[in-house]
Amino acid sequence: MPLVSFRDVQKTYRSLQGADYPALEHFSLDIEVGEFFCLLGPSGCGKTTVLKMLAGFEHPTAGQILMEGRPVAGASRDRGVVFQGDDSLYGWLTAVENVEFGLRMRRVPKAERSERAMRYLELVGLRGQEQKYPAELSGGMKQRIQIARVLANEPKMLLMDEPFAALDAQTRTLMQAELASIWQAARTTVLFITHDIDEAVTLGRRIGVMRAGPCSQVKGVVDVSLDGARSRTDDTFLRYYKLVYEMIRDEVAKSLSRAD
Amino acid sequence: MRLARRLWRTYGAYALGFASLFAFWQLASLYLVSSVLFPPPTVVFAKGLLLARNGVLLEHLAASLKRILAGFVAGSLLGVPIGLAMGSFRPVRKLLEPYTEFLRFIPSVAMITVAVIWFGIGEASKVFLIVYTTIFIVILNTAAGVSAIAPNKIRAAESLGATRGQIFVHVALPATVPYILTGMRLAMANSFTTIVAAELIAANDGLGKMLWDGRLFMLVDEIFVSLVTLGLLGFATDRLFRWSIYTFAGKYSPAT
Repeated sequence: MPLVSFRDVQKTYRSLQGADYPALEHFSLDIEVGEFFCLLGPSGCGKTTVLKMLAGFEHPTAGQILMEGRPVAGASRDRGVVFQGDDSLYGWLTAVENVEFGLRMRRVPKAERSERAMRYLELVGLRGQEQKYPAELSGGMKQRIQIARVLANEPKMLLMDEPFAALDAQTRTLMQAELASIWQAARTTVLFITHDIDEAVTLGRRIGVMRAGPCSQVKGVVDVSLDGARSRTDDTFLRYYKLVYEMIRDEVAKSLSRAD
Repeated sequence: MRLARRLWRTYGAYALGFASLFAFWQLASLYLVSSVLFPPPTVVFAKGLLLARNGVLLEHLAASLKRILAGFVAGSLLGVPIGLAMGSFRPVRKLLEPYTEFLRFIPSVAMITVAVIWFGIGEASKVFLIVYTTIFIVILNTAAGVSAIAPNKIRAAESLGATRGQIFVHVALPATVPYILTGMRLAMANSFTTIVAAELIAANDGLGKMLWDGRLFMLVDEIFVSLVTLGLLGFATDRLFRWSIYTFAGKYSPAT
């Protein structure tokens, strides 16, 4: 049984003028336990909608989203979310207090939760920064806090919504490499949303390419059989890049012509 | 020496501003108006010092300040939880909005007559008026603060396993602190207006009563002592609020 399955999911948004916009229609997708799944698509294709519904922040108009065979009903600590921007961090708490947040809500004893928070801060390379407030940290460091905060809560699955999109190119590359090694160690199931082919091929074990909206679906899924550290100059890497690029090229063109 | 330079950089322009204010006043009253109805600051300060020494000024000051403080603290203590509840829960907002939207347009000065009829000219009526002045501004600002919280802060808490009650206490409340303080700051400014008006009409002491007596007995310099005291007192409390908002604003911000 897959960990998560989207079955014939439909999501329709209603605009203020009352017009219906079908973002997703007959959207189906399975995500297996322990895999790193990248959902790739042109902007406006509804990939963030997929994540929001799985997180429980939004509900499908029709169809079913199952996790371990049970329908998703609202947010839960089974599915930890890493957001794109830094506005989900608590500015009045220090880095370590942010990471402890979920544990504190569950009334984990203080000694245990700070020990666990420190362990995950160390894992994401933030040792020594634990007493700083988010406002005192760089964009990359803030995303590290988010990742540590989610990992410390030990969810069954990680949902990441373009977490590195707002970072500069160097920091992004660094963060991708670190996320890859964290995943190698932890093997938590990940759903990673991105519009960046390079990022998807670098991180994903499988890459789902989405069609341009409206009525978006998964166009196809690519299995990436690259092991260990991936190199952008590697021939196999480039082959996968090309394969995915060909799949998404038409969709990007479509989404651009519709946006005009 | 370095300390002196730092003090100068922080407060130098301020001190200069105040000095120029009093200098202009002095010049205007001596050469422009030159009337007993507009005493120069030297005379006012001399009188103020005298009234401070014999205790009259402090007595009035303490009376006004006590009323403001009591009403302001009570109004804030009531207003913050009501505002939080209104901002967080739609039914509560729907239920209470008729009260806040109706009452906040009736100025507290207009309520003086009712307050005196209900509570007499003693302390109760003044405290009631200050509570009335404070509560709506604090409620509105607090509720606005709650709705300004970034949705991702709430979502993150939900998917970290927080209950609704926990989100209220651990996310909504701290994220709203700057708005609450701003509401309280505005309310404090209004409290000064209200207390003077109330004391002008019905009181045995207070800065407003001092103004009234000054008018009654043509003690122009006493009127000015009261005015200057009000200005300085308001300035000091407002600085205190601004300082605390700045101190908190670095950490407590609803959006980022």
